[in-house]
Amino acid sequence: MALYILGALLVVALAAFIIGRARAISIAGREISSLHSRPTYHGGFLAIWASVPAFLATILLASLSGSYVENAVLDKFSDTLSTIGSAQTQAFLRDVRSLAETAGETGRQVILSTKGELREQAELAAELYTSQISTVNVAMLVLSVILVLAGGVYGYTRIKVEKRNRHFVEKFITGILVICSAVAILITIGIVFSLIFESIRFFQKVPFFDFLFGYHWSPQSAFENASGTSLAGDNSRIFGAIPLFVGTFLITFIAISIAAPLGLMSAIYMSDYASQRFRAIAQPVMEILAGIPTVVYGFFAALTVAPAIRGWGEAVGLSVSSESALAAGVVMGIMIIPFVMSLSDDVINSVPQSLRDGSYAMGATRSETIRRVVLPAALPGIVSALLLAVSRAVGETMIVVMAAGLAANLTINPLEAVTTVTVQIVTLLVGDQEFDSAKTLAAFALGLVLFVITLCLNVYALYVVKKYREQYD
Amino acid sequence: MAKSEIKMSGKDVSVSYGAKQALFDVNLDIPAKQVTALIGPSGCGKSTFLRCLNRMNDTIDICRVSGDIRLDDQDIYHRDIDVVELRARVGMVFQKPNPFPKSIFENVSYGPKIHGLVRNKTELEEIVVNSLQRAGLFEEVKDRLHEPGTGLSGGQQQRLCIARAIAVSPEVILMDEPCSALDPIATAIVEELIDELRENYTIVIVTHSMQQAARVSQQTAMFHLGHLVEVDETDTIFTNPSDQKTQDYITGRYG
Repeated sequence: MALYILGALLVVALAAFIIGRARAISIAGREISSLHSRPTYHGGFLAIWASVPAFLATILLASLSGSYVENAVLDKFSDTLSTIGSAQTQAFLRDVRSLAETAGETGRQVILSTKGELREQAELAAELYTSQISTVNVAMLVLSVILVLAGGVYGYTRIKVEKRNRHFVEKFITGILVICSAVAILITIGIVFSLIFESIRFFQKVPFFDFLFGYHWSPQSAFENASGTSLAGDNSRIFGAIPLFVGTFLITFIAISIAAPLGLMSAIYMSDYASQRFRAIAQPVMEILAGIPTVVYGFFAALTVAPAIRGWGEAVGLSVSSESALAAGVVMGIMIIPFVMSLSDDVINSVPQSLRDGSYAMGATRSETIRRVVLPAALPGIVSALLLAVSRAVGETMIVVMAAGLAANLTINPLEAVTTVTVQIVTLLVGDQEFDSAKTLAAFALGLVLFVITLCLNVYALYVVKKYREQYD
Repeated sequence: MAKSEIKMSGKDVSVSYGAKQALFDVNLDIPAKQVTALIGPSGCGKSTFLRCLNRMNDTIDICRVSGDIRLDDQDIYHRDIDVVELRARVGMVFQKPNPFPKSIFENVSYGPKIHGLVRNKTELEEIVVNSLQRAGLFEEVKDRLHEPGTGLSGGQQQRLCIARAIAVSPEVILMDEPCSALDPIATAIVEELIDELRENYTIVIVTHSMQQAARVSQQTAMFHLGHLVEVDETDTIFTNPSDQKTQDYITGRYG
């Protein structure tokens, strides 16, 4: 019901806009310019007054009605429900809801979780539920109509030649924008806090330093012990995150060693050497590379690169595991090349042409100019581009899942299988899990640490850019 | 003006940017150890001509230069000419001061370093100090040679750019409206400097200021719509121009 009302309110708003504008034009007569605000603003003014109060009231009622109706049902059937536990009460409510929602449908089939007497009670409760809901809906509709009419009349009488409705509409728009950005910020804060709270629960089971500095990671054994009583001693030994972070940084290091030179060199070529025509072709190709989903890179890594590397390794007598850090790192490096390239291309292009001219006019060659003038001037931007690329690589999951394996080896040998933080988060949360075991909560702790690391990298990147940015302005 | 030796000369120089021709058959001689001013309304091709003299136009993809430009009777567009060497002999100072985002010292030592003009640190320091002195900047910056050149005032930055240009001992210095971004005091200082530099260098200066052309130059060339209208001794141009367009331009009736 609420959705229908909201839809109708959109139509109301559109109609009010047209009416308001027409009204403004008609009162202005021939002298449109005598209006303080353009007719559009009067239309917007009327649309706001006609629809927004009703809109807000509907949303408020709809969000409160659910718990109101449920409480009414619980009150009525409190005698029956007082004898059963909270889990069964929830099941009862679920049944009531599904009975009420399907009421009147022919050949309905409702799978109920309650039985016997409770079930009969549920049928009764469903009727009450339905009637309560329809009361709420009527109330919602009546209130909306009243608010639309009241707001509409109020707005309509305030469309006058000298009325400053433009200011009102502009303020309203500002308000909407503020609310949107506030929502984005609040959601971010919410995510961070949920990470922190879940992590705190994890650290109640596993000591913080054992987690951060432990060098043995095998959360699967926590599962086997799940029914046991004293886990604290075991947990502190099996949730050691060091192998994961070593694996993450090993792969990131390999990826950056590939992406940094390739991305930077091609950015230099693109900005200072390539002809317009080459740029026009190469730039979109790079963007395609940036648009390939990471899972595609993942099977490229697992099916093409990893076997190739193993083949080469065996050819020179090295033992390479079929899932190696090297394969994952190389492919991840390829993945972030366009990222590094387009960021550093922007930075290099923003070095003023006058500096290049100055250097050329001294008789410097292109490479001298780039090495001694352009790159130093662009360095802060390049550093921040690389740091952003690092945080991208640290957070990357798919490629590593497919190409680097799941074994938490503590090694810096790129030819062995390693695993990363993100991969372990995935494996911890895949499948049916209880959300209060140490095993699943470990995912949040890993996520938190990863978040802190990438946050630090990003903040540092921004700091570097800010500190050195104005050197050549 | 005493007849002096010709340092650079352009014969039938035409330049086009893509389909648009910017310069039509310009014939102009640049006398040695004098200041030649190029004047004319915006878009008349004077900067284009200036940028032909050290082949800065090479850096623009669509630019085509034809004709014959000689430095000491050598064709500078000849295949055998190394543009790096050419630019070491023909330095340039730009409209907007463009010091590198490096220290004052590194700005001036840039040229000598890339051209391998010095063998050790002492020689380098000597060149830097000497160039800064000749640009009239040394006294003002001697205590902060290792601070960023971009921290100087506009006039000081421009003199730093001049010091940077003369550090490689060029024979010709091209100046593209070197004072247009400067206040009158800084302009006066730079003009005085140009007058002193004339002793050792051949200077070509593009300017929009008639007074500046009159004050600093010995020869003046008037450009209009890509054509060289008139070239003569500065005194003659400003007292008795032979072309009506020049007359109108310098008296401010036109342009």
